[in-house]
Amino acid sequence: MTVESRRAAIDERLAITVREERSRLVAALVRILRDWDLAEELVQEATVAALETWPRDGIPQNPGAWLLTTARRRGIDRLRRDARYRDRLAIIGAELRNMTTPHSPGGPETGGPLDVDDRLRMIFTCCHPALSREAQVALTLRTVAGLETPAVARAFLVPEATIAQRIVRAKRKIRDAGIPYRVPEPAELPARLTQVLTVLYLVFNEGYLASDGELAERRELARDAEWLGSLLVRLMPDEPEALGLLALMRLHLARVDARFTSDGAIVLLPDQDRGRWDRTAIEGATHILEQALRMRRPGPYQLQAAIVACHAEAPSYAETDWAEVVALYDRLLDLQPSPVIALNRALAIAELRGPQEGLAAVSGLQGRLDGYHLYHAARGVLLRRVGRTAEARMADERALALASNPAERRLLEERLAAN
Amino acid sequence: MKYMVLIADSEDERAATPEADRMAAYGQIRSWWNEHVASGQILDGYQLQPTETATTVRRDPAGNVTVTDGPFVEAKESVGGYAIIDVADLDEAISLISGWPAEAALEIRPVIEA
Repeated sequence: MTVESRRAAIDERLAITVREERSRLVAALVRILRDWDLAEELVQEATVAALETWPRDGIPQNPGAWLLTTARRRGIDRLRRDARYRDRLAIIGAELRNMTTPHSPGGPETGGPLDVDDRLRMIFTCCHPALSREAQVALTLRTVAGLETPAVARAFLVPEATIAQRIVRAKRKIRDAGIPYRVPEPAELPARLTQVLTVLYLVFNEGYLASDGELAERRELARDAEWLGSLLVRLMPDEPEALGLLALMRLHLARVDARFTSDGAIVLLPDQDRGRWDRTAIEGATHILEQALRMRRPGPYQLQAAIVACHAEAPSYAETDWAEVVALYDRLLDLQPSPVIALNRALAIAELRGPQEGLAAVSGLQGRLDGYHLYHAARGVLLRRVGRTAEARMADERALALASNPAERRLLEERLAAN
Repeated sequence: MKYMVLIADSEDERAATPEADRMAAYGQIRSWWNEHVASGQILDGYQLQPTETATTVRRDPAGNVTVTDGPFVEAKESVGGYAIIDVADLDEAISLISGWPAEAALEIRPVIEA
């Protein structure tokens, strides 16, 4: 190991540990102090101190307790000055004693049931249906994943002030409207978990669909969502859809390097160099998916992951198990009738039964997808395969007029230039 | 926490509902209401006369008052009643209000308690 790579390894471990412990501590302090801003501020100061001290002195035996002690020491004057928090100080002291079990990031939870619940409380509160979807996303990234407001703003290509205001408003609504800090009751849990998974998948796609030329922060979002997904799975190991979503995200990330050429052009699935796919990561994700499927409570994320697994496991595009892919799309459509899913199913039909049948299936969706660029792009591909070149060009032009992602636009322009 | 629940529905649809069905719906609402008054969750509330009986009084910064006929917003749905509830938090409010036994849109707003 070179000095640089060792240093990078320590930085990576440091970053993971800080993120992990920070989220535990913020979640616990929000419960104790009932003040989101104060909790974040105290932990913010402690994380800054950690980032200064740990690279020099090494990561402490129990990083969580270190952060809590530092947060407490630095915040103690503030807490003493304010009568509202004075009686809460004793509770923080008690928490400190509870938090003495060492914690290894990525490993099994050893910190006791209390702080496990706190982070779940925090996730469910951030994704409460009484908050707008945009507020849920911003608050989850800021508070649970610990992203700074400017990073969230850059990742979503939104002015910083807009994100800051969304977060302020959301926290105010949590406080003033009495949104509770708790994990939903079993009866509400399925619907509320769906909200959480939707937020995570939205964050993932925002990053994953970003083209290679776009900001690094945007692409990092996919990794942030994956971290949130793995946290959720550790907190709720018996929820198959949470496992399904984690498997889905990891199956995508395992192949992310093959999605773009070195100069940022999209490489479509049939043309990807499968040698660049991360086989170990694919195997790991498939294992998670199998774990979910064994629970026999199927859902849309498990089915999507199963479809992606079919692709990830196929030695080549031609050797993909298209019959299985179509069967999985059929089940997915039963659960989630959506024209976009129907479009993807139509493309699988084209591989299984030929482009004519695929084209017929695609064309049936025109009424609902006429404004969607990928509908026209898919038609373009199939029309070209059956030799209807003039119509294919028209479809590509329509797709280009509707597309906004620069890498997708470039692909369509090249297609139009070729014939 | 105390919340005000504004109960809105479509007066046109209500008017178009056969008398017998309307009476049955009122009966369901009455028993739901009484049950939650008894449990202490509903403190107060009323059904309102239709919006055609509404009068809006507007006061501008100079203190001039104008009186007009009708509610302040003309919409397909209008407020037809309200309740003041007292529950632990928004989740309890949502779960209580989700049991409202008729088609409606219900807005939950925390009140400012002095």
